[in-house]
Amino acid sequence: MSDGHAHAEHLSGSTYGSPVHVDGGHPAPGHAHHPKLQHHFDDMGQQAEAATLGMWVFLVTEIMFFGGLFMAYLVYRHASPSAFQEASHHLNVFYGTLNTAILIVSSLTMALGVRSAQTSAPAKTQVMWIVITMMFGAAFLGIKAIEYTEKFRDHIVPGPNFRWEGLYPHGAEQFYSLYFCMTGLHALHMVIGLGIMTWLALTALRGRYNADYYTPVEVAGLYWHFVDIVWIFLFPLLYLIGRHYHAA
Amino acid sequence: METLNYLNNGHGLASWLLTKDHKRIALLYLVSITAFFFLGGMFAFMIRLELLTPAGDVMASDTYNKMFTMHGVVMVFFFLIPSIPAVLGNFLIPIMIGAKDLAFPRINLLSWYIYVLGGLFTLVAALSGGVDTGWTFYTPYSTAAANSHVITAALGIFITGFSSILTGLNFIVSVHRMRAPGLTWFRLPLFVWSMYATSLIFILGTPVIAITVLLVAAERTLHMGIFDPALGGDPVLFQHLFWFYSHPAVYIMILPAMGVISEIVQAFSRKNIFGYSFVAFSSLAIAIIGFLVWGHHLFVSGQSVYAGLMFSILSFLVAIPSAVKVFNWTATIYKGSVLLDSAMLYAFGFIGLFTIGGLTGLFLAAVGLDVHVHDTYFVIAHFHYIMVGGAIMGYMGGLHYWWPKISGRMYSEGWAKLAAGLIFIGFNLTFFPQFILGYLGMPRRYHVYPPEFQVLNIASTLGATVLAVGYLLPMVYFTYSIFYGEKASANPWGARGLEWEIPSPPPTENFLVTPIVTHGTHQYAPSREVGIV
Repeated sequence: MSDGHAHAEHLSGSTYGSPVHVDGGHPAPGHAHHPKLQHHFDDMGQQAEAATLGMWVFLVTEIMFFGGLFMAYLVYRHASPSAFQEASHHLNVFYGTLNTAILIVSSLTMALGVRSAQTSAPAKTQVMWIVITMMFGAAFLGIKAIEYTEKFRDHIVPGPNFRWEGLYPHGAEQFYSLYFCMTGLHALHMVIGLGIMTWLALTALRGRYNADYYTPVEVAGLYWHFVDIVWIFLFPLLYLIGRHYHAA
Repeated sequence: METLNYLNNGHGLASWLLTKDHKRIALLYLVSITAFFFLGGMFAFMIRLELLTPAGDVMASDTYNKMFTMHGVVMVFFFLIPSIPAVLGNFLIPIMIGAKDLAFPRINLLSWYIYVLGGLFTLVAALSGGVDTGWTFYTPYSTAAANSHVITAALGIFITGFSSILTGLNFIVSVHRMRAPGLTWFRLPLFVWSMYATSLIFILGTPVIAITVLLVAAERTLHMGIFDPALGGDPVLFQHLFWFYSHPAVYIMILPAMGVISEIVQAFSRKNIFGYSFVAFSSLAIAIIGFLVWGHHLFVSGQSVYAGLMFSILSFLVAIPSAVKVFNWTATIYKGSVLLDSAMLYAFGFIGLFTIGGLTGLFLAAVGLDVHVHDTYFVIAHFHYIMVGGAIMGYMGGLHYWWPKISGRMYSEGWAKLAAGLIFIGFNLTFFPQFILGYLGMPRRYHVYPPEFQVLNIASTLGATVLAVGYLLPMVYFTYSIFYGEKASANPWGARGLEWEIPSPPPTENFLVTPIVTHGTHQYAPSREVGIV
């Protein structure tokens, strides 16, 4: 537990029974408050701890959210391994690898952005790291869009227009159902991340973040790393596993 | 001059709709879930009306399907799941942990708006013709066959799920980071423990139902082959994913009620809880084991017999922490100075009805017997004993116990006792006959039945009418008390706990100064520190 309650005064239990002032509860005077300290926290340390724990808990819910899809993937990969191998061969490994590299580098630039806020680097430096991260994120989405376009062109998008020349049309359609659900949901998280970082860049530009207050940057960083990690699992599952089975 | 409190600190609609005060948000939830409770009750009334006679004479079978579906969807997702957490939990947790608010007040308000948005989707689904899949949305019926507004209702559930997630997240972070100095984990009120366990289910289970209904929607719109066998999918996977959330969701409903009962039993027996740490840990045990029992819904869904046996054993295991609670409440009441106030009457009702509901749950967890009673009224009776006899009894008890704190007014104790009695009698008359009906073989979800079942069905409908009166009464006397009730003192019951040490109604900031806690917050007996710290 945080030790941030040093301001509290000891009072006998019955004190709370008497009428109290609504605007009471502020600690003893003589402490300069950070303008970003919300009224219900005792100090900045408690506020920062609450925010980071909140994001960790949220990421746990995200794991469970993606978990349902991973479960479906597991079940159907187990049910029709050959079809999944055949289908995965039609994914572009070059693009997938490139995107993996882009995301890993973007995690590095994000971490450098958090560090620049923690060390009170100039606002320009902070904004630079955030914008570079956003550019990597946009590049990832651009490549993803190219891949999706190719799938539409080749009619391997599930639905009435799905066409498959190989041995397992049903299993392949299922593979691509999962492919679009999983990568689509991941891309949606990337888009949300870009939105958060736009806001972050705008506020960083005004010099809001420094060694005393960098929680939003840190929390946004946690989210961004999580989205990267999801891709680290998606890439081998969709693109890599079973490719060596292909006879050609 | 009237003291400034959270109710009169700011007037007008905007001061409520834009509030970040956890107590006002609790009241926003109270109003909205009450509306949904009566909406769901109207659907239930239509069901009971149809079942008065063996023939299907009130509505067509298709309409009947929509009635029980909407009843289930509204009651489960829009009343039972948010009921105690979003109303009493929101109001009480910050006060019980000695904080001014939850960790994230804005997210708390956002969760209410998300809840309302999800509710609107469901209302649109209801008004534009309803859903007929059953509240379980089983595939392939929900993906391939049903022509009703499945996607709208599914999106409503998807959206409102995020309100649960945010509430759970807020509670977990608050309990970890916002406790007053000296308020160690083992000095926390048991209500906080049970809400913490509930929050774990909120954050671990709800995302899974979210992705599941999203996949159902994707399958219906984009023809993705996830669950529909015609597209190569597996409908049993849907059942697994659905019950992975929806069985723990039963514990979302019952755990908070158990927390309420732990508080009431102590207050009206004037005794410390018997075996504090056992009761606290049994909440966590129920939350954890509750995640491992979902397969008992799939005994007749082609699940392997070995999986069935494992799920059967695990379902029996979850009865142990539940029984620990019942025994410990009983031991707390034993030789206590028992006061029979209305809140305590609800607690007594809860303990008895929950025990019946729990024990019949063991019938259903037995693989062999479940084959006989699966999808019959026996199941309906069992889970209504848990959800209505358990969860709603706890919710009503909690409302009566904390109403003076919430509203600052006393309600009429005589009327409250009458309502508690009517609810208890009406409930048993409604649902006990359904155990017999189910055992005799009456299936659920049919609106036509053989004439020999009519007597028991009439009893059930009669009971439902009494139950409805019992639920309407508190609406009247609570509303009356707001305007004409006697002003409540800070601690009208002579109970213990931080919430009874601040004025009724509490000031916006809850505490003038952060309290320092030097002993367990519920000291009815002379100081005796709990063993484990």
